[in-house]
Amino acid sequence: MSTFDVSSGRTPTTGRRRAVGRSSAGDAPNRRNTELLMLGFAVLVPILAYANVGLAMDGSLPAGMLSYGLGLGALALVAHLAVRRFAPYADPLLLPLATLLNGLGLVMIWRLDKAGKLLIKNFPAAANQLMWSGIGLAVFIGVVWLLKDHRILQRYTYISMVVALVLLAAPAFFPSRKEDFGAKIWIRIGSFSVQPGEFAKIILTVFFAGFLMVKKDALALASRKFMGLYLPRGRDLGPIVVVWLLSILILVFETDLGSSFLFFGLFVVMLYVATERTSWIVFGLVMSLGGAAVVASTESHVKTRINAWLDPMAAFAPKPPPQSSEQIGQTLMSLGSGGTVGTGLGQGRSWLIQFAAKSDFILGSFGEELGLTGLMALFMVYGLVVQRGLRTALAARDPFGKLLAVGLSSAFALQVFVVAGGVTGLIPLTGMTMPFLAQGGSSVVANWALIAILLKISDTARRPAVEPAAAIPEPAGPERYGPGSGAPDQSRGASS
Amino acid sequence: MNKPIRRVSIFCLVLILALMLRVNWVQGVQASDWANNPHNDRAKYDRYAYPRGNIIVGGQAVTKSDFVNGLRYKYKRSWVDGPMYAPVTGYSSQTYDASQLEKLEDGILSGTDSRLFFRNTLDMLTGKPKQGGDVVTTIDPKVQKAGFEGLGDKKGAAVAIDPRTGAILGLVSTPSYDPSTFAGGTDEDGKAWTALNNDPNKPMLNRALRETYPPGSTFKLVTAATAFETGKYQKPTDATDTPDQYILPGTSTPLINASPTEDCGDATVQHAMDLSCNTVFGKMGAELGGDALRAQAEKFGFNKEVNIPVRADASHFPSNSKPDGTAMDAIGQHDTRATPLQMAMVAAAIANNGSLMEPYLVAQEGSAGNVISTHTERQLSQAVTPATAQKLQQLMESVVQNGTGKNARIPGVTVGGKTGTAQHGQDNSGLPFAWFVSYAKGQDGKQVAVAVVVEDGAGESREISGGSLAAPIAKAMMQAALGK
Repeated sequence: MSTFDVSSGRTPTTGRRRAVGRSSAGDAPNRRNTELLMLGFAVLVPILAYANVGLAMDGSLPAGMLSYGLGLGALALVAHLAVRRFAPYADPLLLPLATLLNGLGLVMIWRLDKAGKLLIKNFPAAANQLMWSGIGLAVFIGVVWLLKDHRILQRYTYISMVVALVLLAAPAFFPSRKEDFGAKIWIRIGSFSVQPGEFAKIILTVFFAGFLMVKKDALALASRKFMGLYLPRGRDLGPIVVVWLLSILILVFETDLGSSFLFFGLFVVMLYVATERTSWIVFGLVMSLGGAAVVASTESHVKTRINAWLDPMAAFAPKPPPQSSEQIGQTLMSLGSGGTVGTGLGQGRSWLIQFAAKSDFILGSFGEELGLTGLMALFMVYGLVVQRGLRTALAARDPFGKLLAVGLSSAFALQVFVVAGGVTGLIPLTGMTMPFLAQGGSSVVANWALIAILLKISDTARRPAVEPAAAIPEPAGPERYGPGSGAPDQSRGASS
Repeated sequence: MNKPIRRVSIFCLVLILALMLRVNWVQGVQASDWANNPHNDRAKYDRYAYPRGNIIVGGQAVTKSDFVNGLRYKYKRSWVDGPMYAPVTGYSSQTYDASQLEKLEDGILSGTDSRLFFRNTLDMLTGKPKQGGDVVTTIDPKVQKAGFEGLGDKKGAAVAIDPRTGAILGLVSTPSYDPSTFAGGTDEDGKAWTALNNDPNKPMLNRALRETYPPGSTFKLVTAATAFETGKYQKPTDATDTPDQYILPGTSTPLINASPTEDCGDATVQHAMDLSCNTVFGKMGAELGGDALRAQAEKFGFNKEVNIPVRADASHFPSNSKPDGTAMDAIGQHDTRATPLQMAMVAAAIANNGSLMEPYLVAQEGSAGNVISTHTERQLSQAVTPATAQKLQQLMESVVQNGTGKNARIPGVTVGGKTGTAQHGQDNSGLPFAWFVSYAKGQDGKQVAVAVVVEDGAGESREISGGSLAAPIAKAMMQAALGK
């Protein structure tokens, strides 16, 4: 452990904090054993699900049972040990929740692999996804290990902006395939493809957090009151207009409704948190609705999606409208056939969803085989991830950390909402993947990185404080605790 | 900064909550709508995911479930004596849905009926493989076989009913088809299906239930019933005061008898029935009037669909014929049309002393030895008084003894019958339909009522008559039913 300086220079050296942290570790529970126990469940549940699929479809335990169980267990254990070593005070639930989702996703992908010819273009994907999960966990461990303090990221605010812009713009220059339904969200080099939007989500959040930390006072205070709303000055409007334009451009050139909604929503949320001005939300809503209305009325791809949302069964008509797809209708029938308790793993017919059954529409398979009960549980798990992230934001002691944690958590929540809402017909469908569950290397790796950053923020936030003024840049707030006071930490831990 | 974070936190919670509400709506409230959506192929796959229940005839299953272990379908339906039983069972195809009993009883046969819920749950708990229930029919295999073989290559239909209960003992339609040929999903199944549908002989038409023919002279039974019921004539021996040549009322067209040599002038009802005099019954019908005839016909079941539970088309007696038309209606021509089932019901009601029992095909629904439902016999109507029924029986028995129905005589059995040779087509140019409607009563109390129709058989029209073409088939079916 080498000593390092974080950018603000207001924090003490790591060595000193660690030393004190260790001395008080005996009093303040670091919750690592809770994490280990939870992780045990998070590994056990997918293994049982795996066995369940094998028994239902072949009448015997799957041959890969032992290696899958040991592999998933080993990966989780290594991740846990890394957290134990490099982020001892981190939130105890985030790692198990992510492991559970990733494990269940693997089981469902394997189950759909087994559907064989029933699913069109069914290439076995479970092994590949397992490899990507491994890479994801390696990235997770790398971040936990190498990112000494999340505030280092603040140094890269503007580099992040450039990288995010490049990542977002890149897919527009690569040709899209026919089966992408017009969405250009991939970078393809040979058989290798990357969905840069998944990484841009994190990098853009870093940029927003760094940018807003610097500008928040100017944005919040220099405003004019008009009809009870605080309106920003013209020049402060600049950045929000730029982001708004960016999201509209993504929509127009990459026809990616989901990412556009995600990035703009993310920015509005972070702006609101940074400035505490409700007027920004009003502003954001007006701009996004206006932009969406204009684009929806001109872009045929978006119009198709909206029509498919309004009438999901139109594609089944004898003369279906052009470019229509049975996917949403098939997914809804899948969900309805699953009913309250589902058909049981391996016993449904969600392969009827056909295209993208393993990726964007994997929730349909979960809904059919695990039923309403299973989907409620999955949404609960996603909700918990989001709430643990936001709790980290509350507990964080520096504004950059708060903004970053809020940004990452709400991006996660928005993504879950946009994907699950689209698949279940709540909102028009957009091309995004369900974090951790769906097939897709980029998504798994990016989301493991996201969880790792949240863990690092929570580690810093929950670490027993050393000196009041030194460790905490912000004035006293509800999340601030006196030096060496174990009690508040314990009470916080108890509610974890 | 914490206040807005808390608000964002609530916002995120609302997003998750919205998703939860949505899936509750789709998988809870709307679940069965989506599950039963016609575009949801799951029902189709479920139907063949485990052994389908059987349709039972005479204690033997006439259907089978073959384990084919296909990609989408595990089982395939097949039939024993498919062509013979197709009018009874209907078909059940992986590609072309199902029809008749296979379709109507699908809940029982595929085991999804809500009445099987308890057993299914029990099977699930005890780990027994899922299986469909059975449907027991009223068909007597001997009667069915006699009818099917009797009709042979000829186009036609035959129905046999037990007059006392309404149980359908035979339900034959020819030419028939083998439902096994298109039960699967291969190209051959598709070709078989297309060929059957394009066949001009319409082998998939259930002529016993879904084809209405002019009943011809067999309808004279209904006309005679009206005459006795209304009191126009008291007994079979009453003279009818009919001229040798009867001119249709309001026209100058004479109504002619099948053979000019027939002795129909001023015949008694009995004699007219024996010889099947058109002049006598045409005049009788015109005098009785269309309303009286229709009322009587409807008591026998005309102008109304019957579900046995397979739907049978409504037979037709017109309500707006002019007097000359009514005279023709009364002898089963013009606008009068009847299904073979309908004419069997007429014979059954007469044999059962006027009481028409509701015809039925399904005796019992069951599963794994448990009876789920049993048919309850029900009177459809009192078609005629017992006294009238006696007179009509006397007429019909005389037809077999002395008249046109001699071919249906069975030694030691009381047989009553009526022949019919119905003209049809443009200016009656088509080859006539040969009818025979009859009943038989054995000494042991067994009864059976039969209606047979043979469509335009080969040869000249005058050669075809109910007595020579249809009566032997009816006789064979009655013998099979009574065990003679």
